[in-house]
Amino acid sequence: MTDADADSGWFESVPPDDLEAARKAIDSGNTESPKDWPTKAVESGFAEDKNEYYDKLHEAATYTTREVVKERERADDQQLKHSIRAMDDCERVANELAERATEWAGSRFDDVDTGIAGARDLAEREPSGDLDGRVVSLSARAAALADERDALAATIDRIAPAVAPNLADMAGPELAARLIALAGGLEPLAKKPSGTVQVLGAEDALFAHLSGRAPSPKHGIIYTHEFVRGTRPEDRGSAARALAGKLALAARADHYSGEYREVLHEDLRERMATIRARAEPAGVDGDADDAPGPGGDSAATEGDDA
Amino acid sequence: MPDSALPDGVERREFGGETRLATRGPPVYGEPTDGEWRAWDPERSKLGGMFELGFDTGLSGGETVLYLGAAAGTTVGHVADFAGPTYAVEFAPRPTRDLLDVAESRDRLFPLLKDARKPETYAHVVESDVDAIVQDVATRGQATVANRNARFLADDGRLLLAVKARSEDVTADPDDVFTDVLAELDGTYEVLESGRLDRFHEDHLGIVATPR
Repeated sequence: MTDADADSGWFESVPPDDLEAARKAIDSGNTESPKDWPTKAVESGFAEDKNEYYDKLHEAATYTTREVVKERERADDQQLKHSIRAMDDCERVANELAERATEWAGSRFDDVDTGIAGARDLAEREPSGDLDGRVVSLSARAAALADERDALAATIDRIAPAVAPNLADMAGPELAARLIALAGGLEPLAKKPSGTVQVLGAEDALFAHLSGRAPSPKHGIIYTHEFVRGTRPEDRGSAARALAGKLALAARADHYSGEYREVLHEDLRERMATIRARAEPAGVDGDADDAPGPGGDSAATEGDDA
Repeated sequence: MPDSALPDGVERREFGGETRLATRGPPVYGEPTDGEWRAWDPERSKLGGMFELGFDTGLSGGETVLYLGAAAGTTVGHVADFAGPTYAVEFAPRPTRDLLDVAESRDRLFPLLKDARKPETYAHVVESDVDAIVQDVATRGQATVANRNARFLADDGRLLLAVKARSEDVTADPDDVFTDVLAELDGTYEVLESGRLDRFHEDHLGIVATPR
């Protein structure tokens, strides 16, 4: 819900003592520039004086924040799972439709860009005739799906830290949601050993390996994490193993206690710094845990992590 | 025992034979108290650390403050004790639950569950021309957050920023991270003072700045 008047304070059009209306206004309002709201509130008659305004703001802000926190915390791992899957579907379909629409449009319009950007541009054009109308309409649908994808991503950004504070902080909201979705929920993820977390999303490669046709996969979906992708290839196995170990601990902390644990995050950062220090010519450190464990050798990642 | 560098409402007082920073307000996290005064632990608070280290924060007490990254409210509670209207922005729901308890007993502390990277989502609540922005957000892009929120700050206002090097890049040398952050702030703010907070917070830089 967007405020029609993008330049108004939260209190405008909120009836006195209507906390629910205030909650909606505070939670979903959107304004580019702040103003002297206390003065404006007094001028508009919302409050007698600034003191009364601040009293009302305190009541409304406390109420709103309490309600929104409750709502966010009610969102559970299953909601996160549906959200991330829906996001992926929207993205895939938006891209397919945009590709189709722009390819089609190339035969009828000048200056057609490819992809979602091209579809957004086409959606704005004035069609002349039935066929042009279809192309423009198809483009508009692709653009709307891309918008829905972005909205789902924003929702995941909001609810993932509530569902799994440690996992969301360590992996980022999107990867946290993917890991939860791949495992089938936060509890199943919390019960998985770190070696399984390491290759979640690389099941095809893993089974190819188990049947003797391929080397073991070094990493699954966690490849998308900067700690893995940003580490030089020969150290990626170590990086993936270290990250997976801490992600497994983060999932357990989230499932069994729900409290944020700073020490987990510090440990991982230190471990990563050690691993990356190997890439520095002078920094030959005696780090010993480099035995070829689950994936000390080269192997491909598979799955949707491109 | 008034201290010229400290705002009114912040004093150094004795707690169990030790001189510590303190503010007046209801206790929040089991900190030592002495009458209505409660100790302010600089190891748990970047702003507390900046006061202990003698930063010239430009605060004198009673200011309107926007606090970004309020977390569970440990520091923002102390701020609300000595400042005027205080807007507390925090993004994560769980710590916000504790922040609500702190706000409950402080009628000029306004908790907001918002993302500090998106000021447009709270510009309809937070007033313009605040006297100080206190920022302690542990996310990548801390300078960007400060720059985006400059819209709230009065022309002669102060930005009191604690930069966590590890949030920007865990593998880089903290000094390089701080250089980059200062460079990014430079377009929007004039930096008045900066210094490491290592005595209390490892790999953190404290910055006092004012809008250009």
